[in-house]
Amino acid sequence: MNLDTSPRLQDPDGFLALIMEAHRGLDAEAARRFDARLALILANQIGDMAVLRQAIALARGTG
Amino acid sequence: MPTHANPRYAAPPPPAGPESRGVVVVGAGLVGLTLALDLARHGVAVTVLDDDDTVSTGSRAICFAKRTLEIYGRLGLGERLRAKGVTWKTGRVFHRDQEAYAFDLLPEQGHEYPAFVNLQQYYVEEWLVEACVAAGVDLRWKHRVAAIEPGAASVALSVETPGGDYTLTAEWLLACDGARSPLREAMGLPFTGQVFRDRFLIADVVIRGDVAFPTERWFWFDPPFHPGQSVLLHKQPDDVWRIDFQLGWDADPEAEKQPDRVIPRVRAMLGPDVPFELEWVSVYTFRCRRLEQFRHGRVIFAGDSAHQVSPFGARGGNGGVQDADNLAWKLAAVLRGEAPERLLDSYDAERIPATDENILNSTRSTDFITPKSEAARAWRDAVLELARDHAFARPLVNSGRLSRPATLAESPLNSVDSGHWPAGAVPGTPAPDAPVMRDGQPDWLLRHLGQDFCLLVFDAVWSPTLPGLRCLFVTAEETPGALWDHSGLAAARYGAPPGGAVLIRPDQHIAARFAALDEAAVSAAIDRAMGRSP
Ligand SMILES: Cc1cc2nc3c(=O)[nH]c(=O)nc-3n(C[C@H](O)[C@H](O)[C@H](O)COP(=O)(O)OP(=O)(O)OC[C@H]3O[C@@H](n4cnc5c(N)ncnc54)[C@H](O)[C@@H]3O)c2cc1C
Repeated sequence: MNLDTSPRLQDPDGFLALIMEAHRGLDAEAARRFDARLALILANQIGDMAVLRQAIALARGTG
Repeated sequence: MPTHANPRYAAPPPPAGPESRGVVVVGAGLVGLTLALDLARHGVAVTVLDDDDTVSTGSRAICFAKRTLEIYGRLGLGERLRAKGVTWKTGRVFHRDQEAYAFDLLPEQGHEYPAFVNLQQYYVEEWLVEACVAAGVDLRWKHRVAAIEPGAASVALSVETPGGDYTLTAEWLLACDGARSPLREAMGLPFTGQVFRDRFLIADVVIRGDVAFPTERWFWFDPPFHPGQSVLLHKQPDDVWRIDFQLGWDADPEAEKQPDRVIPRVRAMLGPDVPFELEWVSVYTFRCRRLEQFRHGRVIFAGDSAHQVSPFGARGGNGGVQDADNLAWKLAAVLRGEAPERLLDSYDAERIPATDENILNSTRSTDFITPKSEAARAWRDAVLELARDHAFARPLVNSGRLSRPATLAESPLNSVDSGHWPAGAVPGTPAPDAPVMRDGQPDWLLRHLGQDFCLLVFDAVWSPTLPGLRCLFVTAEETPGALWDHSGLAAARYGAPPGGAVLIRPDQHIAARFAALDEAAVSAAIDRAMGRSP
């Protein structure tokens, strides 16, 4: 499977608002852990190591 | 009162003049002694030199894995380790005050040896010394190698002893002189890898009477009694418990070793009412590194001199014992003239990938336990937080991936299957054990494989007439002279079709599988496993 980089979010503004809302009141360290928890949950949902590898490379700016 | 007193072995006087020996092992540690014993049992005359006069002191290896026990089973010591050792197979990981994850290292029944026993390294070494002496090994305590001069066909050693110095020329030199390896240093060989910026207090504590902990491996991240750091607990024989306290890089190793620092840490963990005594206390920094090659002509490195790992995963000693297991039969075959010298190159081809697997696993565990950055710590803590309530996060928790035998799947000594072999342990794998019945008595398959090539034949009475090849018959129905696979586990673990056969190497790894018996194919597989095929 390949990483799908076409726009797929049904409600992009709503998604970002949800993330911003979830971060409210978190200090830097708690926010970092929240982001890590979220990324772990999403990574597990994806499951596929090849896709995850591509996603990490893309995020690093090397993909 | 210490629970154990190290024996002191007498130093033999030096020889009157220069000497020559076929095989010299430098270092009578866990690996050197194992290698010497294995070689002696293959009929090789061995001289062992050690700079000390005793076995391992202090807090060193305690977790001996199933594969190591099987190797010691072959060498006649397995039952002794099993009987004295504390058997365990469950690991439990806690985060703060809750369990985050548990693992079972041997969920399957039907193996002679358990997943692990815990046993102090000095016991194993003492029994190895006894067995070496009985096997005729020439053990020389307080004979320190001071200089080495490797040549094309031999290696010259300068040896220092309390009674005087001498020169010893060895045809083969097996360097088992530990992680600091003076031989490796003298030969200028790079030993590269990484240091983990952390310190660990390792305390062996005697607790007599009731202890609330079961015989399991318990690991805590950030427990209330040692906040912000990790703790590992293991039970050993003689009421000794091993406790590892993570201290962090800034800890002062000298100060942390003092009883006035250690006792409150242990008390915080055990509670105020549990009496204990400190047996050994040390502070370690861990490393993962290896030599680029283990064989350098007539000098061959094994154990910690060749590779070093952090102890999370118990891969140091267990890996070194597998080095010895791998090397002994090969060197014995070369010395008997049955195999060409290049068989020894397969020691590198097999043990370097095995070492890399150990280093990879130990490194990943250590990186989890000691995160290298704030971001790494956030991810690690996120894993632990999720693991408490969510099964998906538990396999990510890494407190040590415990030693597994190397599979040697890419070994040049393996043959491709002859005919279609449907399933089961693949070539390169250590031969799986299984319960069997022999002459009406319960028995174990591995006990019968021996230390020479052996053909395991399933449900057929065919034996190839190949010199030096023993056949072992495994049958589904009770048959005189055969091992009765009454539970079907042997056939299942090997994936053997009726009439199939498996060629087992002297170190009890699978070399080849034959769906139908074919003498020429068996003969070719033995040639390949002996390094004789072009
Ligand atoms: C805290 C701790 C916990 C560990 N836990 C485990 C565990 O649970 N399981 C596991 O499998 N492993 C464990 N290990 C690793 C294990 O102890 C080592 O991997 C093992 O001891 C290596 O054996 P060796 O024979 O290669 O080296 P060593 O045991 O170090 O032996 C080397 C020998 O060479 C001798 N020598 C050195 N220089 C010379 C010289 N110039 N001349 C003659 N002789 C010389 C030394 O005296 C010594 O006897 C642990 C290690 C530590 C530190």
